[in-house]
Amino acid sequence: MVKEIERAGIPVVHICTVTPISLTVGANRIVPAIAIPHPLGNPALTMEEEKRIRRKLLNTALKALSTEVEDQTVFEPEE
Amino acid sequence: MAQLRIVQYINQFFAQIGGEEMAHIKPELREGIVGPGLAFNQAFGDEAEIVAAVICGDSYFNENLETAKKEIVEMVKSQSPDLFIAGPAFNAGRYGVACGSICDAVKKELGIPALTGMYVENPGVDMFKESVYIVSTKNSAAGMRDAVKKMAPLALKLGRNEKIGASAQEGYIPNGIRVNFFEKERGSKRAVDMLLKKMAGKDFVTEFPMPDFDRVKPNPAVKNISKAKIALVTSGGIVPKGNPDHIESSSASKYGRYDIEGVMDLTADTYETAHGGYDPVYANEDADRVLPVDVMREFEKEGKIGSLFHYFYTTVGNGTAVKSAKKYAEEIAAELKKANIDAVILTST
Repeated sequence: MVKEIERAGIPVVHICTVTPISLTVGANRIVPAIAIPHPLGNPALTMEEEKRIRRKLLNTALKALSTEVEDQTVFEPEE
Repeated sequence: MAQLRIVQYINQFFAQIGGEEMAHIKPELREGIVGPGLAFNQAFGDEAEIVAAVICGDSYFNENLETAKKEIVEMVKSQSPDLFIAGPAFNAGRYGVACGSICDAVKKELGIPALTGMYVENPGVDMFKESVYIVSTKNSAAGMRDAVKKMAPLALKLGRNEKIGASAQEGYIPNGIRVNFFEKERGSKRAVDMLLKKMAGKDFVTEFPMPDFDRVKPNPAVKNISKAKIALVTSGGIVPKGNPDHIESSSASKYGRYDIEGVMDLTADTYETAHGGYDPVYANEDADRVLPVDVMREFEKEGKIGSLFHYFYTTVGNGTAVKSAKKYAEEIAAELKKANIDAVILTST
C-alpha cells in the first residue's frame, strides 16, 4: 500500500514495528514503532506517557516526510 | 542408515497454546512431537524422527528479533539435531519472518541444514529465499497435507546431505542458484507447447521469469510540513465501532473510508479494530494506539501541520493478497490526489 501511494506521487511515511518487512516491501521512509498490537502506544504506561511516545513517533514521522531521501531510510525516533 | 534427528520450530498457534492473545509468549523447548510434527513424522517413517519442538509467540519473535534468535539457537543446539524444520507458515506474515530468520540463524551458527515452507506472498519469502530453502505452500493451514508431502522428501535429502535438484523439481521457491538438469522434452517442443497455451489463453509457466524489481523512487520531501494537508491510512483495521462495512478480519475484500471531521480522540466507545491477525485488546481500548488521531489533532491545533484530512482510510492487512492491497491503495491514492493531500502517514500492525 505504501508503495502505491508513493507511486501516485504523494510522499508517505510508514510507521510499523517489523521494519524488515517494510524494507522488503519497498517503503522509502520508515519509522519503527513500539509493538505489533499497539504500534503507537504502550498499555503498560500511563495515558500521559503513552501520548508522549505517540507524539515522539509522529514528530519523527513529520521529520521523515520533511527530509529528502535518495533511498530507503529508517528514521529512529528521537525527542 | 541411522535415523535423522530433527527439531521443528512452530508458533503458539500451531502448538495449540492459543491465538493472538498468546502471541507474546517466549521461546520454549518441548521434547517430542507437537502439532504439525505428527504429520511430518508419519511422512518420514523410519528415516527420521522429530525429537523436539521449539515454540515461540509470533509477536515475541518479531519484536525481540535478536534475543529470540539467540535463545532459540541455544535450544536447537541442546538437541544436536541433523536437520531443522520451521513451520510451514503458509501466509502468516510474522510467522513467516520468524521461520525464515530462525532457519537462517540455525544454518549459519550451527551449520545444520534448515528448511521451511511458506505461501509465495509471505513477506518472509522475499527476505529469506536466497539464504534458506523455502518450500512453496498454499496460503492457509488447510494446505498442511500438501506442504508435508513436498517438505518431507526435501527435508530427508537435506538431512542426508544429498544433492538438491532445481527448484522446479524439488518444490522450493527459486533461490537464484541455477541447477542443470535434463528435461524430458526438447526445447523446441516446450516452446511451441507454451505458445499454443498462450494463444489459447491458458495458463503456462515460463522457464525464464524476468526478475521483479518493483521499487518506487522516494518522492521529494514536503517543503513546509506546517502547511501540509496530511492523511492517515492504516492496514491495522481501525473502524468505527460495529465495523459498519464488515471489513473481514483476514483476507480483506475491501477497504473503508471514514469521516473524522470534528473527531478529536478515538475512544473505546467509538472505534475498534476489525483485524484478526493481532491481539485486538489494546486497539479496542484506545484505537489511537494504531491510528493516532488524537496527537494529529494536537499537531493541527499547534500549527505543526496544516491540517488532518477529514477522511481516514483503513483495511485489514492480514493474509490479504498483495494484488488486493495494491488495488485498494491505487484507489485510495487517486482520491488523496484529488483532495490535494501533501503527505500520508501509514500505520501497520
